[in-house]
This record gives sequence, C-alpha cells and structure tokens, in this order.
Amino acid sequence: MTASLADPPEVVGIRNVLRARWKALPFWYRVAVTVGIELLVAIGLFFVDRSLGYAVATAAALMWLRRVPRLPWRLAGELVLISIFLFAGVRSLAAALAIAFAVFWVPPRYRTWVLPVVAITLAVLYPFYAAKMFVIPVFGVWPDVATGVYMLVFIMMAVGLNIVVGYAGLLDLGYVAFYAMGAYTAAWFSSLQFPTHLFHFGAVGITPDLPGIHISLWLLLPLAGVVTALAGIIIGLPTLRLRGDYLAIVTLGFGEILPQIARNGDNFFGTGFNLTNGPNGITPLDSLGFGHGISNATHGFLPSNYLQCCNASVLGHQIQSTDVFFWTAIVLLLITVFCSLRLQYSRLGRAWIAIREDETAAAAMGVPLMRTKTWAYATGAFFGGVAGAYYASFKSATFPGDFYFNISVFILCMVILGGMGNIWGVIVGAAFLAYLNQEGLANTGQWLNSNIKVIGNMHLPGSDTPGLDVPLFASGIYGAIILVVMLFRPEGLIPSKRVAAEMHEGVHDDPLYDAQHAGSET
Amino acid sequence: MSEATGAGSTEPVITPSDGDILVASGIRKEFGGLVAVNNVDFTVPRGKVISLIGPNGAGKTTFFNMLTGVYKPTAGRVVLLGEDVTGKPPHAITARGIGRTFQNIRLFQNMTALENVLVGMHARLKANLFNSILRTPGVKREEKAARERAMELLEYTGLQRKWQTTAKNLPYGDQRRLEVARALATEPQLLLLDEPTAGMNPQESAEFTAFVGHVRDERGLTVLMIEHDMRVVMGVSDRVSVLDYGEKIAEGTPREVQQHERVIEAYLGKAAVEDMKRQGLS
Repeated sequence: MTASLADPPEVVGIRNVLRARWKALPFWYRVAVTVGIELLVAIGLFFVDRSLGYAVATAAALMWLRRVPRLPWRLAGELVLISIFLFAGVRSLAAALAIAFAVFWVPPRYRTWVLPVVAITLAVLYPFYAAKMFVIPVFGVWPDVATGVYMLVFIMMAVGLNIVVGYAGLLDLGYVAFYAMGAYTAAWFSSLQFPTHLFHFGAVGITPDLPGIHISLWLLLPLAGVVTALAGIIIGLPTLRLRGDYLAIVTLGFGEILPQIARNGDNFFGTGFNLTNGPNGITPLDSLGFGHGISNATHGFLPSNYLQCCNASVLGHQIQSTDVFFWTAIVLLLITVFCSLRLQYSRLGRAWIAIREDETAAAAMGVPLMRTKTWAYATGAFFGGVAGAYYASFKSATFPGDFYFNISVFILCMVILGGMGNIWGVIVGAAFLAYLNQEGLANTGQWLNSNIKVIGNMHLPGSDTPGLDVPLFASGIYGAIILVVMLFRPEGLIPSKRVAAEMHEGVHDDPLYDAQHAGSET
Repeated sequence: MSEATGAGSTEPVITPSDGDILVASGIRKEFGGLVAVNNVDFTVPRGKVISLIGPNGAGKTTFFNMLTGVYKPTAGRVVLLGEDVTGKPPHAITARGIGRTFQNIRLFQNMTALENVLVGMHARLKANLFNSILRTPGVKREEKAARERAMELLEYTGLQRKWQTTAKNLPYGDQRRLEVARALATEPQLLLLDEPTAGMNPQESAEFTAFVGHVRDERGLTVLMIEHDMRVVMGVSDRVSVLDYGEKIAEGTPREVQQHERVIEAYLGKAAVEDMKRQGLS
C-alpha cells in the first residue's frame, strides 16, 4: 500500500496511541480530568501524611503555573502561592519559592550566570538557615551541615570522575583507590603514624615535641592530589591500552587491591613495617587551620584551628567547626568545577571528547591516545585524592573500611544519574545520592515506618525491632535508581547534549590496533 | 623497485629522489594466513596527485592503514620525508605530515564542524593541562588563532556557514568535505583520501575532482587517493598505481594504466580480455 503524502503519519505503539487519543480530547475536558486526578492523589496522600498531601497539591499548582501563558496572571499566581505559605507560617518555604520564581523571571540570557551565583550564595549561607528550614515530606528535615560536607566531598569526587568517564569515556570502576590514596597521604604526614620520625612544618594545634610527621594540611591537600595523580599515571600506563570492558575490569582490580593494602598494611609485606595501621586506621589527624598568626591578622576571619572552632557568633548563629569545614569544602569544589570547565573547552578537552567519539579517527588526527587518556586519568585522580585528603582531615581519621568497591560504584552512579559529561548534572546527581546515603534513606525509613502501618508493623526475619530498616537496602535502592534512569533516561537527569546523542545513536568503536601493534605505542 | 612499472611507458615514472615525499618499500601485511598486501614498493613524488586503484579487496585500504600507522606492516619500510616511520603510532605519523580521510566517514559525529577541524589541529597546538586551566595569554592567543585558521579551512571547503552544525547533521557531501577540512587542519604534506567520492553523484564527483586539483595547485599538497570512480581518477591523477590481490600490477600515467593488459584483466577477468583480443578490440 502506498500512502500519499497528505496522510497523517501512522501512530505506532501503545504509548503513542494513547497519547494521540488524549491529545484529541477537548482542552477543558483534559484540564478537568488532570486536576481531578491530582486532587484525588493529594487527598489520598493527605490521609497518609498531611504534609505530603500539601506537597503534592503545591507541586501540581507549580506545574499549572508554569503553563500560564499570560505574564501578569502568572505573577499573580506566584504571589498567591507565596502568601499562602507565609500565612500558614512556613516562612522558609515561602522564601524558597520566592527565590525560585525570581530566578525564573530572569531572562534566559542572564540566567546562565544568575543561577550559579544564586546557588553559590545559598550554599554559602546554608549553615545559617539549615536549622530553620521547613520539613520536606517523606525526606524529613534538611541535611545538617556535616552531611553538607560529606555531600560536597562526594560532589568533588564525582566531578573528578566525570573527567575520566564523562569526558574521555574511560570506564573506571576503581575510583575509590584514588580516594584512599589521598586520605592515607594526608594521614601519614599529619598524625602519629611514624612516631620514630619527628618533622614539623606548619601544622596547627599540636605541641612542638609531638612525635611523628606533621605537615600543614594546606600543603597536604595538593600533595595528596599530586601523589594520587602520579599513582593514576602509574596505574594508567599499563591499563589504558585496554578498551571498554577490559579497562573496567582492570580498574576494578586496582580498586580492590589498594584497600586491601590499606587493610593489611600494618605489617607491610611481612617486613613488620607499619604503613597503614591496618584495620584500626590512622587517627587522629592534625587539624586544618591557618595558625594564630594569620588568624589574628585577619581578626579571626580565617580560623587558626578548624577542629576547635570557633568562638564567634554571626547573624545569631554560633559558628561551629563543621561550618568552617563546609565553607572550605565549597571553595575546594569551586576550584574543581573551575578546572573541569576550563579543561572541557580546551585543546585537551576536545581531544578527550574526540577519543570518546572515535578513537581511530582521533589518533589519525594527531591525538596521542595513551598520553591524552593518561592525562584524563591523572586529572580525575588528582581531584579524587584531594577529596580523600580533605574528608580524612574532616573526620580526623582514615579507615580501610571507608574504601570499598561499593564506593567506586556509588560515585559512578552519581555521574550516571546526573548526566555523564555535564558538570551541572553530575553535581546534582552527586548531591542527591550523597544526601540519600548520609541522611535521606534513614529519614525516609523513619517516615515509612511511622506513616505506613503495614511497613511499620512488619517483622522481618533477622530483625528484632518491627519495621523496615531502609538504609540496610541502600545498594539495592541505588541499583534500582540507576536501573530506572538507564531504562527511561539513559543520558542522565541533566545530560550533556553530546552524550545524549551518543546514548541514543551509539558511537564508532572499532578496535584500532592489531594484536602485534598493541605494545609499540609511545 | 620498478619491476611492475606499466609496460609501454617511455619514461621511468618512479625515480626515488629527494623529491619523494613518501617511499614505501617491500610492504607486506598478513592477517593470520591471509596476505593482504604483498611486497609492494611505492613512492609518492612531491606535488602530484597519485591514485591507487584496484578491484574490491585488493588491499588498498590496508596499504593506506600501514602508511598512516593504523596497522604495522609485517615486513617492509615506510619512509616519510626521509624519516623511517614504520610501526610508529598514527598520531606520530600525523604529526610528521600525513593527513587522511576514511572510507566510511569517521567524523566526530556529535561535535560541531568547527570542533572537528580544531581536533585536527591537535598536533599543531601547544596548550597543555596546566596552562589550559590557567588560560594564560599564550593559550588564549593560540586558541583564537586556531579558531580563525579552522574557519579559513571551513571556508576553503565551503562549509563556513555550517561551522556550528553538528557533524552528523551535515548532508553527506558536506561530511566528506568536513573530513577533508579536518585532514587539512593537521597541516599535512601528504593528504591521503580513501575513496573520497564514494556515494557522490556525478556532479559532486566532478566538483570534488576540481577541488583536489586546487588543493594540489594552490596549497602545494601532495595527494594520494584510493578511488573507484574512473572519471575522477583519469581527470586529476598525475600517476595511477593498480593493486590486485595485494600486489602492485601496474603503474603509470592514467592513459598507460588504462591500456595495461593486466589492469583490464584484473577488472574484467582474463576471459573477457581474450574475448576482446579475438574481436580485435584491444
């Protein structure tokens, strides 16, 4: 049968057929049905948890508001919504809505820089308003500042891994090895781990006769990065010759080897030399800090000792040690993001993307594959190392148990969930998963157990208390999240345009070298 | 070296001299037990357009891949501009002056036309990890100059108005042009084109033939191309070499090769040639 050009294209597939039929219904009919369903859902949830019902209603209102074409009406709607929450006494939510609406009113041209500025400002001020925020339905209270530090550290690692996986397309399943390298490098040179040596350089908060090596953590952060990057190069040189799955397996191996060395390093290869203090880990570490000299010179703006901080109160908020760690983590993350963005639009970044797209063509265009991939690996490793060192100094400890394979996968999940190759997506994905891991799952579990009777009253085998211990199922939950993302949005939540296209259309990936050539690359 | 030179040629076409940009001698490639290219000697004189023809499976692309370092020859040597480059990796050979296109277009599909050309310049740019992060004045200057040069190349290949278009969204003919622009961006001395007019219509092929002539005459480039379209081959080549079953069976000017008995045999089969002889056509 030949269809004439005038025929409408045939609709195939149950989803498309249903969509076409839905679109064919009269406008007001569709609006009424949608609002009806939304109200039913909201009222139904209202009986489970009142706040959840309100939240669904609010979300629906926001969705409708987005569709209001006339600007004055939209503004009026937004003002009504804000004032409802103001009168209901949820001032923090009203403020959040106001800020969100304000950002959306900024013309798109300026939004590209208004959005980051607003986000950074809100992040920096977070310790001041964290405790005053409204309660989110299901997820509970907003994360505390310590969780914020954890989130920032993991965002930093995800941004680092994104250079390897997202830009250069090298699947790395052993990123945790770099995290561990960084943490141990910081720990070795700022603790009592080597008591027979006595070397002090710029460390704060210790007496001058304390044994061990004590170097200022400000120097150790970049040093940890450099050491880790070197490790990345050493690991990368033999492994980066491999492609795809083979590379993934080898990195997986390294990710397993390093934590085992950490675990068994209290008797390093049977020499009796205590490198890592074994399963007990290294603790305590020296404190980050600027020392009394700089602290006094800046009138206490830069604290002398992070762990014993601070005796100051700003805007009615007693500044805590975690707050200072939080702000420092923001600075580190900004540096990471800055480097990552600069690299993305450079000669090297183009070469990385070219390699991801087509190795053979990239090599033929003069891109040295090994060197370029190794740079990607080393850069990713650097940020992983800095993040590890920083987190170790925050916890003032490092344990081999912190560096297991599941963390590699966890960081990879962040990159995939957010959107490979797009730094903003990766930040969002990492923030969300890190939050879930630290507080979110526990809060959700609490909510489930107290609001849904079936779950709250059930007795699982092997558990003494009734109810569901949600954090126990963390890996399964992340797995399910990734599964859903892979099924419905393989390019991630906020993808880079390029990766989205690759996910849907695939890339060239014929092997470049024949067997005998494999070893002869420079 | 010239045992396979076309019969009836009055002047020796191959004269290895300083004027040769590329000298390949005794090139052989085996894949397992299969001999894809067997003992081929080949020289490319500077400033000429050389065509490599032969029936399907004759080993032309394999030969190309050995010149560009994608494959390492089983035996033989490749000398580029007086330097032995046998077994060097592709990027090193590109840096030394060979730019190439691919038989099946291998653009960076999801990068823009401009970005594709910029990747081609990789070996000619100097920015490294550290000064890229700092974006030093030197890097800024270099990047600006690179963009301008890339735009020039796009203009030269007639793509200047499509510089922002993603490669995969370009029409077929433009993708072929972009591959040439990208190859030119490597600043080659020798341009290798692997079936550049495959899939083009006669008019596009004619345009392309003229374009290759321009590249040789205006840019002073040497061009070595694999081609099936005899109008293109005859139209622009200074010399034609013929491969069959991995061996070079003839070499000479287009006219000489056209009349070469073994070439006709290779393309039409022995029986056809004898048939033609009987009928007094040959």
